[in-house]
Amino acid sequence: MSRILIRLASAVPTLFGVVIVTFLLTRVLPGDPAVFFASNPSMTAEDVDAVRVSLGLDQPLLVQFRIYLVDLLHGNLGNSLSTGQTVAAELARRLPASAELTLVAFVLAIAVSLPLGAVAALRPRSLVDHLSRVIATLGVSMPTFVTGLLLIFLFYFLIGWAPEPIGRLDPFMFEPERVTGFYTIDALLEGDPAAARAALAQMMLPAITTALFALAPLTRMTRAAMLEVLGSEFIRTARASGLGRRKIVVTYAFRNAMVPVVTTMGMTFSYMLGANVLVEQVFSWPGVGAFAIDSIINLDYAPLQGFMLMMAAIFILVNLTVDVVIALLDPRAAL
Amino acid sequence: MTPLMRDRLDTVRHVLFGNPLNLLAFGLFLLILLTALLAPALVPHDPLRTNAQSALQGPSARFWFGTDQLGRDIFSRVMVATRLDLLIAFGAVILSGMIGSLVGAMIGFWGGFWDGVVSRLVDVLMAFPLFVLAMALVAALGNTVVNVVYATAVVNLPFYIRLARGEMRVRRSLGYVEAARVGGSGDWRILTRFLMPAMAAPLVIQASVNLGWAVLNAAGLSFLGLGVRPPTPEWGIMVAEGARYISSGQWWVAVFPGLALMVTVFTFNLMGDALRDILDPRLRT
Repeated sequence: MSRILIRLASAVPTLFGVVIVTFLLTRVLPGDPAVFFASNPSMTAEDVDAVRVSLGLDQPLLVQFRIYLVDLLHGNLGNSLSTGQTVAAELARRLPASAELTLVAFVLAIAVSLPLGAVAALRPRSLVDHLSRVIATLGVSMPTFVTGLLLIFLFYFLIGWAPEPIGRLDPFMFEPERVTGFYTIDALLEGDPAAARAALAQMMLPAITTALFALAPLTRMTRAAMLEVLGSEFIRTARASGLGRRKIVVTYAFRNAMVPVVTTMGMTFSYMLGANVLVEQVFSWPGVGAFAIDSIINLDYAPLQGFMLMMAAIFILVNLTVDVVIALLDPRAAL
Repeated sequence: MTPLMRDRLDTVRHVLFGNPLNLLAFGLFLLILLTALLAPALVPHDPLRTNAQSALQGPSARFWFGTDQLGRDIFSRVMVATRLDLLIAFGAVILSGMIGSLVGAMIGFWGGFWDGVVSRLVDVLMAFPLFVLAMALVAALGNTVVNVVYATAVVNLPFYIRLARGEMRVRRSLGYVEAARVGGSGDWRILTRFLMPAMAAPLVIQASVNLGWAVLNAAGLSFLGLGVRPPTPEWGIMVAEGARYISSGQWWVAVFPGLALMVTVFTFNLMGDALRDILDPRLRT
């Protein structure tokens, strides 16, 4: 437990660096937000200056940074100029959409890649092995936005299995009352299985798109790790001692192979967070990525800042989880 | 021919002809390079000329890949776009490879204060999802193609810095470095004459893997409307334009530039594997 706390503390300098980088990045954004904010024709130059003062943009950079830090410590991420809401509220409203999509995609990718990679390693040069190699090579070459469009063409236009790719729910259906923000869960809590099914149907194509992308590194790593473990001495010993194949593979080999695979999972999750921005754009998914793109186009820097901070924080958290899981899997690994 | 060279040549021959995939990779790579060089002179139509009468036509003998919403020939646009997409990717990879390996080698060799500073900075950069960081960089630096190159380069820097730093820390205390020092070589000479050349193989492998990723990154950015602007032919932006027509069945507008993107990245990835087999057979998986 204390080791986990120490590891947690070691993330603080990185987080502070992240805050500095996001601050600097958004301060050099082109365009003067005050002018955008005051884009009302009746406003005079004095009004624009007044807005600039009220946003703190006339202060030296260091003072601006101090103000920013103090705000941040109070959970204040600033206001979105284009929507007029606080950034924290806007992000909180959109995060469940992105989180639901990413998590479903992640689970999907793991459910396919772990068995696939393991079977490929158990039977080298078999059909499954070749299949896993094709997936691993194709998966890293497929741009997510192209995969998404191909799936839309195939499953929406040609076959008609998927609903129209326009967000989280059919526009004629009512949103379930918000409890978790995950439409599928909220709809079930409300006792509306039809809405849950509809929300799941909307999510299938974007989730498969993201999962296909995550499949490649996970399958490749599982296969490589399993191959290495299966060739090691303790497996030979276990085999020589007459243990059953099932016990050897599941208890001994798979568990030991999981250590590098969990590390890869953390990396893959980070890639997925980035790819999510593209997937949300393709499927008109109202998540945080789409919000970030809108704010870039509107030169609205506070939401972009908030988005970057949130992404980095999630990523640091994921890495932390990975380290803890590895320590549980392999007690020799130091946190 | 020295025995070592003959040995290397044997490996190259073995890798190329022993595995048809490797041969395919180098063949495709040559084809893509030739397209980038020659396409503007060879394409059947002007990639920028619009023609309202032939808008959104499917693939035909006249328009091999069909036409887009403005009646422009998609085949010509896809071919011509190769040069820009490759220039962005190569530019970014060369930039980050050179700067990253030099910085990484220096901090790995000397260690000390700057090693700490740069390593922390690398940790911070790695704490962002890379594509998100690239997005914000382009937004901050300004929405131009050159800035897409810089953003892609910055995002790739950590990999080269870490790689070079790691190699250096292992090699700087090896016997031949000690020998060079006893022979009177200074730090800088040891670094540039003896240590940097020894890193060439892992760096080239990293660069070829990176190249595919750089293509995807740049195309992703322009898909979102960052960097390249219409009407410039570029794969990402062409897919973005075609995305509007995919739900109504005009698949060719988005699919052909998307395929070009896929084939290019696929080629670079295959080539990375082939180069690894040639340069460092121990890393083969």
